[in-house]
Amino acid sequence: MIAEAGLAALWLAAALAVLQFVLAFFGLVEGGAPELTRAVRPVAVVQAVLVALALALLILCFLNSDMSVKLVYTDSHSAKPFIYKFAGTWGNHEGSMLLWVAILGVAGAAVALFERSLDHATHIATLGAQAVISFGFYAFLLFSSNPFARLDPAPPEGQGLNPLLQDPGLAFHPPTLYIGYVGMSVAFSFAVGALVTRKVDPAFARAMRPWVLGAWIFLTLGITAGSYWAYYVLGWGGWWFWDPVENASLMPWLAATALLHSVTVLATRDGLRAWTVMLAVVAFSMSMVGTFLVRSGILTSVHAFAVDPQRGNFILALLVIYIGGALALFAVRVGSVREGARFDAVSREGALVLNNLLLSTILGIVLIGTLYPLIVEAVTGEKLSVGPPFFNATAGPLALLLVVVMAAGPVMRWRRENGLAVLRRLAVPIAIGVVALVAVLVAAPGLHPLPLLGLVLAIGVGAASLAPLWGRNLRRTPLFTYGMVLAHLGCAVSLAGMACDSAFLKETLVAAKIGETEHVGPFAVKFEGIDPIAGPNWTALEATMTATRLGWSGDPLILSPQARMYSAPATETSQSAIATLWDGHLYLVLGKQQDDGRWQLRMWWKPFVTLIWAGGAMIAMGGALALLGRTWRSLIMARRKDAGA
Amino acid sequence: MKAKHQRLTLALLALAAMLGAVLLAMSALKDQAAYFYVPADVKRLGVPLGKPVRLGGMVADHSIVKAADGVTINFIVTDGVANIKVRYTGITPDLFREKSGVIAEGSFTAPDQFVASTILAKHDEKYMPPQMVQKPKIGRVE
Repeated sequence: MIAEAGLAALWLAAALAVLQFVLAFFGLVEGGAPELTRAVRPVAVVQAVLVALALALLILCFLNSDMSVKLVYTDSHSAKPFIYKFAGTWGNHEGSMLLWVAILGVAGAAVALFERSLDHATHIATLGAQAVISFGFYAFLLFSSNPFARLDPAPPEGQGLNPLLQDPGLAFHPPTLYIGYVGMSVAFSFAVGALVTRKVDPAFARAMRPWVLGAWIFLTLGITAGSYWAYYVLGWGGWWFWDPVENASLMPWLAATALLHSVTVLATRDGLRAWTVMLAVVAFSMSMVGTFLVRSGILTSVHAFAVDPQRGNFILALLVIYIGGALALFAVRVGSVREGARFDAVSREGALVLNNLLLSTILGIVLIGTLYPLIVEAVTGEKLSVGPPFFNATAGPLALLLVVVMAAGPVMRWRRENGLAVLRRLAVPIAIGVVALVAVLVAAPGLHPLPLLGLVLAIGVGAASLAPLWGRNLRRTPLFTYGMVLAHLGCAVSLAGMACDSAFLKETLVAAKIGETEHVGPFAVKFEGIDPIAGPNWTALEATMTATRLGWSGDPLILSPQARMYSAPATETSQSAIATLWDGHLYLVLGKQQDDGRWQLRMWWKPFVTLIWAGGAMIAMGGALALLGRTWRSLIMARRKDAGA
Repeated sequence: MKAKHQRLTLALLALAAMLGAVLLAMSALKDQAAYFYVPADVKRLGVPLGKPVRLGGMVADHSIVKAADGVTINFIVTDGVANIKVRYTGITPDLFREKSGVIAEGSFTAPDQFVASTILAKHDEKYMPPQMVQKPKIGRVE
């Protein structure tokens, strides 16, 4: 019954999405019935409740290990720990798409309930646009990816979840990333709404900004979590592989970051009107491209759950309809978007335009690099892959240029600025950067130029990111300024981690006998022994290693990498052991046993690699502070207005 | 500067940035894209030494030879038409074994010696990479 109820809730939600669009359309169209628009918001809320209910019921099926539901049979197992039964709900194609639409529905309801500053017509048009997006994905679920399909007779036991996904990361990474992806749909709907009512102005930007900011925070968290997950679960020691699925999450982030900055120009200075609307369309397009790449099965990845051309075509069709429709609307209405306020080339706006241009260029490069192999294969049948050498050589230098702009932008004045004055304000960070350059050149000669520049810029830009706080009354500085400073500092911190990891990484690959000691970086690692152990649905051989730092007296670190055997599905995985120290990670992977009894060991010393994710968390936290500050201020403004009136 | 001109300037700048992205990406792709070969392609067309490529095929039966250091292996990748010697230093994936599909990323150090930096083995049935589902297409045209 539970599965049928879930399916029914999904059908009802789809019907309500249609109703929501129809009400908005006939309420807004000339000669229509404006009173219809009053029903749009309640419908959006009920639709969200129904789709959330559908998701909850699917989770219930997974928790009950109801094997008569096909999806539970193919992707779950009764012996799985509780958390993976729960999170495993979205560890498969259908479940993850249901999570997608559930978040979409809830986001729509949030816009219906909490958006107060937008004018009524634009608000309704936004909800109408949101309903169209929802409907497409409901159709996708119901017609080609039904998560509630039954099996008759019910098999006694399920096939189990891919062991790579049996990790706490599964509970966190997909939902955060999806909130980010889907949040971009809200920005998109806002842009469509404003184009429909021809109200692309600062009030629209101020209304849209918190939603963009919120989505961007979750996108940042989702990417950071995904990167850390891949880092420890794959046992390859890398934190970013320029894999197409990673690019699929990076591209919306790049677009969202650009949008976040341009929407600020529109909200504060009434500039970049058409540009901001365009970016909102691009940002959601990238979410759709990401969804298409990851969910169509076109890519080889743990994310691609199934290879089914029908699904790929469906998402592709949705992508073409939504993006094509939005671009057509943009083309028709862009003439009615008035030119915004002017500014000089050297000004805060100028820096933000440069930020947007650089982000867009990086986005374009990543998009081309990601799609090129797919297009070449489709056209000529040739197979090729585009990997780190391409992306590092092209996007790397542009990203470094971008952080330089990031250092200068916040200390520039709006509208008009004197270049020399900016340099004067940045004298101290520039001096710090020069000292860092000399220090690094002396301490670590022969460094590769990209990590060298990265490290030096990280230090200089880190100092510069604090500049907006200098000479200010810190108690009177608004919260969103702190947010910006923290987010920019986070970029510098993350960059420092990336540069340190690629510059100072130490690696040892050996075959060792029990009792032997091997060295990696400043550590002596002793191989103490191997023991068999058992978990809830796996058995493992666990090695015990003790690591002592040279010149460090004190208790040795104990690390226990494992080679695991899962029973359902029968798979071997390698569980790496990571010791987190204040200045980096000691990372051990246990390989295979050789015929002569030796074990393969892969060991890395990764100085300051932790800064990468710490920086990511700081960026997200900075966003959260800014969001809090903006919301707080608009609440106070609203209250003052009420009191005055 | 007139307002109209500023909008035009911005639009042109955006266009220039996009054009720059395309040109930069295409020129880098020429050097950096790693093509997929099966041994027969290599024998027929030849691959420049040192160029990053992916080599796909089957690990030939009884061909895996372990080196004395315990972490280096030599094996032969075959597609039934031609054979290529491959050397790899590192921990092989769990599903890497003889008579099983493999993709090796790396480059040629001699016309018949491939040095792999990464080895990708066939996943389990459910998570099979598309490259493995369809037989690699033979016949790369230059």
